[in-house]
Amino acid sequence: MTDPVLSVQGISKSFGAVCASDGISLDLRQGEIHAIIGPNGAGKSTLIAQICGGLRPDAGRIDFLGRDITGLSVPARARLGLARTFQISALAMEDTALQNAMLGALMPRGGRLGFFRPVLRNAALRDTAMQALERVGLADQAALRTAELSHGQRRQLEIAVALTLRPRAFVMDEPMAGMGAEGSRQMTAFLEGLREEAPILLVEHDMDAVFALADRITVLVYGRCIATGTVAEIRASREVREAYLGEDA
Amino acid sequence: MSREGWINAALYAGLLAVPLWAWLADEPFTITLATRVAILALAGVGLNIALGLGGLVSLGHAAFFGIGGYEMGILASHAQSYSPLMETPFLIEGTKSMPIIWLVAVLASGLAALVIGALSLRTSGVYFIMITLAFGQMFYFFAISWPAYGGEDGLSIYVRNGFPGLNTLDPIQFFAICFVLLSAALWLSARLAASEFGLALGAARQAPRRAETVGLSPYRLRLLAFVISGAITGLAGALFADLNRFVSPTMFSWQLSGELIVFIILGGVGRLFGPVAGAALFITLEHFLGGLSEFWHIYLGLLLLLVVLFARGGIIGLLAGRRVAHD
Ligand SMILES: Nc1ncnc2c1ncn2[C@@H]1O[C@H](COP(=O)(O)OP(=O)(O)OP(=O)(O)O)[C@@H](O)[C@H]1O
Ligand SMILES: [Mg+2]
Repeated sequence: MTDPVLSVQGISKSFGAVCASDGISLDLRQGEIHAIIGPNGAGKSTLIAQICGGLRPDAGRIDFLGRDITGLSVPARARLGLARTFQISALAMEDTALQNAMLGALMPRGGRLGFFRPVLRNAALRDTAMQALERVGLADQAALRTAELSHGQRRQLEIAVALTLRPRAFVMDEPMAGMGAEGSRQMTAFLEGLREEAPILLVEHDMDAVFALADRITVLVYGRCIATGTVAEIRASREVREAYLGEDA
Repeated sequence: MSREGWINAALYAGLLAVPLWAWLADEPFTITLATRVAILALAGVGLNIALGLGGLVSLGHAAFFGIGGYEMGILASHAQSYSPLMETPFLIEGTKSMPIIWLVAVLASGLAALVIGALSLRTSGVYFIMITLAFGQMFYFFAISWPAYGGEDGLSIYVRNGFPGLNTLDPIQFFAICFVLLSAALWLSARLAASEFGLALGAARQAPRRAETVGLSPYRLRLLAFVISGAITGLAGALFADLNRFVSPTMFSWQLSGELIVFIILGGVGRLFGPVAGAALFITLEHFLGGLSEFWHIYLGLLLLLVVLFARGGIIGLLAGRRVAHD
């Protein structure tokens, strides 16, 4: 088997008395969707922030593409090809959907920013951005200001920005949050095909989506990783049911 | 052309037409007023790159304006007294040549912006405003307590600096110089705003976390914007000192930083011609209301209040509507 694309080894992080990550280890392999589930406040977003560089872990290390990235900044990790989407959309609201989608392609690995050429006349950049918008179904909204987009459309735009980065791995924090049933279904279908392009570490509360998509699932509770396994294994685990899934699973 | 484009063209034409008319009608004072507008607008165009594009509310841009002014004053005063600035380790003489003075002004204020920016940009929000204010005040007190160059009294330059082939003492010719430099700065500012850098800087302002996760460093983007911004404001300072043939610590005062912000708010934050509209309105009000009452600032304050409450995009926003992304 090949080396994992991303591997997290024994990460811990405390906020005062709250232990948000308690020795978490997991990995993301080529071609898979690895879902992370857990109740509110389990430490999922905190884990993602450490993987993507917003937070420094107190202990442990993170490898990406065979390289220790624990000490790298957020932009440096992004330039290596780690694409993140946010639980709460973080987009340039005054700019158009197209301008936002361009952002991911602005810094081709090791590249420099242009100062004089109008960015909207850069055909290559425009094409990349338009393709990404088409893929997430936002082509018709390209010229709209992001502030005018619906909540669901902003979630789609989040994904499009990540696509233009041409990443080696996706890290998505609740991409379906607040999307509605139909939106969730479409997003699920979209992510299904995306795993071929790059593996996805997926934090999600929507269990239908998780069970439909995930190759493996890791369950976090109070910052601890209580189980990792296939969908069938996780559904069968009594501990997981008690801690999180409840009766209906 | 968009509506904003037409408004900008009208403003631009107006700023050119008024002094031309005054020249034909032999009204040199009006030409000087228009020159003041052009220079202060230039300073505002500089600030607008930091404030409008970068979202950096600097209350210390007088530092760069003053550096430009003092740089001009120091070089010109040494030239008029025929004493070199320094002789060891190498000789530096004064100069009365505008192009050299401009170049040094841009470099000196850009360097100051690099240092001030590198330190201030580690903070944000109110702290950023306070720390830039503090830097500005530092320069102000330094200028007051520096007797070699006039201290509190300032420094007079007897003859305006020269530009090859022009008579800079002729008001209309000096206006032309300032107008050309303002045009160049507006062109640069428009190019920057529409460039990849402009898009990245805008993202760093509106969604810094997003900018980081696509591999951009908001800190470096802002620092670069701050340096370009400071350099342009510094150039305006050199011209302002040349217009008055006088430099004093008031060029470093926080009131001046405040006025530059007022221009931008009046004209429209982040609008290309916002500082031009704001500076023109400010000087016009100062001229007409200042003649009526010593307390004309009260009316200015009232106007500012109305703009902030009812016209968030300033005059340009009021007339042109929302900003649009253009090809
Ligand atoms: N910056 C912080 N300072 C202090 N405590 C924090 C901080 N960030 C997170 N926490 C705490 O760490 C724990 C984990 O939070 P986190 O946001 O990672 O949970 P989550 O699993 O993403 O929850 P949700 O499902 O609601 O998004 C919570 O108890 C939270 O209150
Ligand atoms: Mg979360």
